[in-house]
Amino acid sequence: MKRRLDAVLGWLEHRTGIRTVTQRFLYEEIPASSGWRQVFGSVALFLFLVQFFTGVMLAINYAPTPGDAYNSLRYILMELTAGRLMRGLHHWGASMLVVVVVLHMVQVFVYGAYKKPREVTWLIGVALLLLTFTYALTGYLLPWDNRAYWGTVVATQIAGQAPLLGPYMSRLLGGSGAVGVVTFARFYGLHVLLLPPTTLLLIGVHVFLVRKHGVAPIPGDERLPKKPFFPGQVLRDTAAIFVAFAALFTLAVAVRVPLEQLADPSDTTYIPRPEWYFLFLFQSLKLFPGSLEVVASVGLPTLTVLTLVLVPFIDRQKMVHLTRRTVAFGMVTLALIGWTGLTAAAILSTPAGSAWAAVDYSLPTDWMSLSPEEMAGVAYFRQENCASCHSLGEGGAKAGPDLTQVSVHRNAAWMIDHFRQPSAVRPGTSMPPVQLSDEQLNSLAAFLLKLTPRNSLALRQAPEFAARGAMIYQEQRCGACHAVNGVGARFGPPLNGLAKRRSRSWVEQHFADPRKFEPQSTMPPYRLPSSDMRTLSAYLFGLPD
Amino acid sequence: MDPTHAKPRPGAAATSNNNTRRGFLVGAIYSLWGLIGTALSAPAIAYLLKAPRSPQTGNWVEAGDIAKLPQDQPIELVFRRERKDGWKVISEKKTAWVIRSADNRIVAFGPQCTHLGCAYHFEEDAGKFLCPCHNSLFSTEGRVLTGPAPRPLDRYEAKIEGSKLLLGRLRQSGERSV
Repeated sequence: MKRRLDAVLGWLEHRTGIRTVTQRFLYEEIPASSGWRQVFGSVALFLFLVQFFTGVMLAINYAPTPGDAYNSLRYILMELTAGRLMRGLHHWGASMLVVVVVLHMVQVFVYGAYKKPREVTWLIGVALLLLTFTYALTGYLLPWDNRAYWGTVVATQIAGQAPLLGPYMSRLLGGSGAVGVVTFARFYGLHVLLLPPTTLLLIGVHVFLVRKHGVAPIPGDERLPKKPFFPGQVLRDTAAIFVAFAALFTLAVAVRVPLEQLADPSDTTYIPRPEWYFLFLFQSLKLFPGSLEVVASVGLPTLTVLTLVLVPFIDRQKMVHLTRRTVAFGMVTLALIGWTGLTAAAILSTPAGSAWAAVDYSLPTDWMSLSPEEMAGVAYFRQENCASCHSLGEGGAKAGPDLTQVSVHRNAAWMIDHFRQPSAVRPGTSMPPVQLSDEQLNSLAAFLLKLTPRNSLALRQAPEFAARGAMIYQEQRCGACHAVNGVGARFGPPLNGLAKRRSRSWVEQHFADPRKFEPQSTMPPYRLPSSDMRTLSAYLFGLPD
Repeated sequence: MDPTHAKPRPGAAATSNNNTRRGFLVGAIYSLWGLIGTALSAPAIAYLLKAPRSPQTGNWVEAGDIAKLPQDQPIELVFRRERKDGWKVISEKKTAWVIRSADNRIVAFGPQCTHLGCAYHFEEDAGKFLCPCHNSLFSTEGRVLTGPAPRPLDRYEAKIEGSKLLLGRLRQSGERSV
């Protein structure tokens, strides 16, 4: 067996020389001082390959046109095995790649490894950094949810502000500030067709140059014998890659990346935010108000890139020991402080997003079609802690029966009698009476009658704002005049699609004094506590169209 | 290819202690890459090969009026049904070869030959279904008479409500209905 394998390998070696090449690659000599600090490049390369792999995986179940993009991603997340994992790896991998690429750059920078003869290696590294950001920017749009859409609107507007080039930039990005099918196609094309081969080519040249000039030594290395790349340094690289991968995998499994509502260009309530690593840019715009804004949006980024490009040509001394690189350390520290400050300021100044904007559409949304009465039942179910004795199809032994089993539902009248006095209806039961009003019991029964083993998971996902909002809606008898999801009277306008028609402040002020807004209105004024008001309007704004 | 079999670097002290250490390092490298490779490839294989968790779309659709069906005479009915296609629900045109027997029992065959999926037709003179591709011949009960077809014609689940013929899922013969 072994002889046969050797024969095959020998044949392959003779025809391709692959063993010689591999050995030459692995037994490359590196300076004695090389060690853990040089692992970042390998980790970055590995993470790029993971992005490549997961990107291909996503692409084969993805329809790259707006609308379909959203639906196909939702299909990947909800219906495909490991689809959520693939997206999680791709999403968190992008963040991690940005971190590792920057760390790689910082390491090279503080050691001064960009100096002669490694200037071009550095320049290609700068290009790869910019490519990483371009991936992030273009990939952000591809889910085509509200977050993607509005984030990209801001980004393209910024590009459109560039002096002289602005109009051309916005035309190149597919329109004058409007994000639509053309922008989408261009971002997709860039993200999957142009960027990957460009990156592969640049990485190839980058690695070739690293090999050509050798790993940068530090002063003192010349007196020590060199060591081989394999296996010591390869193991260090591998271990670092493994740690990065374990972290990435954990993130992808543990932290769900939400999918927001389908992109809605008419949504006036959405607060767009870029991805965390772009927040500092976003925040820096606020430091330059009015016509000065272009300084932050275009001026400073350009200046930064220009500085990075010029670094090896400005600093042309010989390599010195790390302790003498004070200026380099100073610059890195300043950049870190600036970045942290701006990012923190951006996070702190972010107004809390609306509750309905945070609804995760990659989970079942069946609860959205519940009537207000049924939805209020969810709130009472939670309020009365019914789940402490009953399961909703999730299994596990509990004192009471599983409420998704249709056999326990019977009918509303039986259930309400049972809620009021369980032992009268079912002698010997240990269930305590449910202390709710008739209407509240009606709600609870309506919700329970809706439960089936198939929809229980989906109905349990109902967010708190919707359940509590529906409860307030029921208490205030809004359904006496309005309809929600087709249930209720039609004296007033149906409330589905309210978000399209009115702003939130309009709705909240309208509650207090309807006649002020519409003199003909027959709606009585409602003076609710402000927290109830917010919850009720969140419920109404979150209704499906 | 295998770097462990590479000849030791000239000048390297090849003591046995050194070899053990080297063997350990190489083993660690392979193990870590093995773990990474498994963690990526196993989910990828499941992602590619496992069927989507879509809700079943096997709803009954109305295919026609049984009063209009001739007795013991196969007739091709055309109807529309919704089908889940990945992330879309599409409405598509479907056909069935339907035979009503004297006791009002209905048999509805899927319109494709069980050999390679060509559309077959009914030869009125012979009273048999003939596939034009490779001359598979089926009886009006769907049995294979001659030709390469590997199994009888597929049948739709069928039921009658009032005077309406409702068709359900298409099943291969031998597949038990649930």
